[in-house]
Amino acid sequence: MAYTVPRPKLTLAEKAYVPALIAGLGITIRHFFGILSGKKKVTMQYPDEKWDTHLPPHYRGAPTLVADDYGRERCVACQLCEFICPPRAITIKPGEIPEKDRWRKVEKYPEEFEIDMIRCIYCGLCEEVCPEQAIFLRKDYAITGLTRAEMVHDKKRLYELGGVMTGLVNKWNEKK
Amino acid sequence: MSDLLIGIAISLLKTLGLLFAVILPMVSYTVYAERRVSAFIQDRVGPNRVGPYGLIQPIADAVKLLLKEDFTPAHVNKFYYWLAPACAMAPSIMALAVVPFGSTWFGQPMVVANVDVGVLWVFAVSSLGVYGIVLAGWSSNSKYPFLGGIRSSSQMISYELSLGLSVIPIFLICGTLNLPAIVKYQIENGWFISPIWLKGISLTGIDFPELFSSFSIWKFLLWIPLFLSFIVFMVSMFAETNRLPFDLPEAETELVGGYHTEYSSMKFALFFLGEYAAMIAGSAVIVTLFFGAWHIPFLPTAPEQLSFWPGVLLGLVHIIAFFLKVALLLFFFIWVRWTLPRFRFDQLMRLGWYFFFEIALVNILLVAIILAIMPK
Repeated sequence: MAYTVPRPKLTLAEKAYVPALIAGLGITIRHFFGILSGKKKVTMQYPDEKWDTHLPPHYRGAPTLVADDYGRERCVACQLCEFICPPRAITIKPGEIPEKDRWRKVEKYPEEFEIDMIRCIYCGLCEEVCPEQAIFLRKDYAITGLTRAEMVHDKKRLYELGGVMTGLVNKWNEKK
Repeated sequence: MSDLLIGIAISLLKTLGLLFAVILPMVSYTVYAERRVSAFIQDRVGPNRVGPYGLIQPIADAVKLLLKEDFTPAHVNKFYYWLAPACAMAPSIMALAVVPFGSTWFGQPMVVANVDVGVLWVFAVSSLGVYGIVLAGWSSNSKYPFLGGIRSSSQMISYELSLGLSVIPIFLICGTLNLPAIVKYQIENGWFISPIWLKGISLTGIDFPELFSSFSIWKFLLWIPLFLSFIVFMVSMFAETNRLPFDLPEAETELVGGYHTEYSSMKFALFFLGEYAAMIAGSAVIVTLFFGAWHIPFLPTAPEQLSFWPGVLLGLVHIIAFFLKVALLLFFFIWVRWTLPRFRFDQLMRLGWYFFFEIALVNILLVAIILAIMPK
C-alpha cells in the first residue's frame, strides 16, 4: 500500500528562510566566541598535554617486569605468561640459578625475557596469570619505535619500565 | 616628459605596494583566518603549531605548495591547462585597481586608477574570472572538472545580472560611476548602507539648526531600496566568488574538487588564492559602495589640508580603516560559509532568476520614482 509522507505545513517565516538563516548564524557565532574566550572546551592537545594524570589506577598500559624489595627480579621463569599470552608476544628463555647462589631455592630465572610490543594486545592476562606478581601492566601507552627490533622489549627495558614493586607476596623470601 | 615619468613611477609604486604589501599577504592570511574561524565555529583549535597562534602557517603553506610536484596529466589540453590558473587569479586583482583604498597619503590619492568607468571596470574584469574556471574545467578533459566549469559559467552569468542591476540605484543617486566620487558622496550624505546620516553632528557638539534642516523623510524612504540593493549585491557577490552557500562549481561532496580536480602544486594554489583574492576584491567593492570606503565618521576627511605629519598619519588611518572594513566583511564571508549548507543547483538558479533579478529590477524603479518626486 502506498504510503504518503506527510509534508509539514511551513509557516511564512519558515518559507522565507531568513529567520532560520539568522538563527544559524547566531549558533555558529556563539561557538566561535565560546572557543575564543576559552569558555568552551576543546579536545586535549595531546602531545602537549598527556593522559598521564588522568589515567585510572587500573589502566592497562605496557606490560613490564618488576623487581622486589631486594632489588631482585621476581620472575621465576615459570612461563605461564608465555603460554597464556593470546598473541604470543612473550618469549622467555629460562635459566637455572647456580648452586651457591643465595636465591638457589628459587631455582629458575629468565635468561631472556622478551615482549614483542607490536604483538601485545594489552589484555593483561600475563599480569593475571603470574603467580609471582612479577609482571604488571604499567601506564605507559605510547610505545613507539623506528624499527621492528626496537619494538621488542628485552629484559633490561622491561625492568626499566617496571621499576620496583614492594609490599606484596614474597613467596621466596627467607621467612614467609 | 618628466611629469609623465613621475606619474608612471607613482602609479607603479601604488600598484606594487597595494599588491605585494597588502593584497597578497591579506590573501594568505584570509586562508589562515578561514581555517582558524572554521575551527572555532566547529569547536576545534585550527592551525596553531607554526609560530605563535599559528601565525606563520600561511608561509608554511606557501612553501609546501611551491615544493609540491607540479604534475600535468597526460590527457589535458596543455595550453589552456596552463593558461587557466593565471586567468583565475588575475581578474580579481585587476578589479582592485579602481577601488579607493584610502584618502590621500603623501599628497597622492590612494587609488591606482581614478577612472570614470569605475564600477563598470570592476564588473567587466571580475566577470572575466569565469574564464579561468571554465578553461580549467574544459582543458582538464575529465568529468568532474568539466561539470564544475559548466556549473560555474551558468552560475556566474545568472548572478552577474543581479549583481550589476542591484547597484544601479547607487548610480542613480550619485549620478556617477567613478568610485572616489561615490565615496565623496557617501562622506557627505552618509554611507549607502544607511543613507540617513544627519549633518551637523561632530565630536565638538551638535549643530541643531543644521541637524533639523538635513532631516527629511525622503532619506528614510531611500533607505529601503538601498538596503534591498545591499542584500542583493552581497548575496550575488557570494555567488560570484563561488563561496558557500553557492560553491557549486567546486562542491567537494559531488565533484571531488570541482574545476581544479586535476591541478596540483602552485597551479592549484593559484585557483585557491584566486578565490580568496576575488573575495577580497568583492569585499573591497562592497565596502566602497555601501560602507563609505575609507571614511571614518567624525574624523577629518582631507589629510592634504593638514600639516605634513598629521596628514600622513590620517592618510594611514584611512587606509587601515578601509582594510579593517574589508577584513570584517571577509570575516562575515567566512562566518556564512561555515554556517549555511550548499544550495541545490535548481534552487540556486531559482533564487538568481526568479527573485534577485526581479528584486533588483523593481528596486531600480523604486529608486527612480523616489528620486523623481523627491524635492531637490
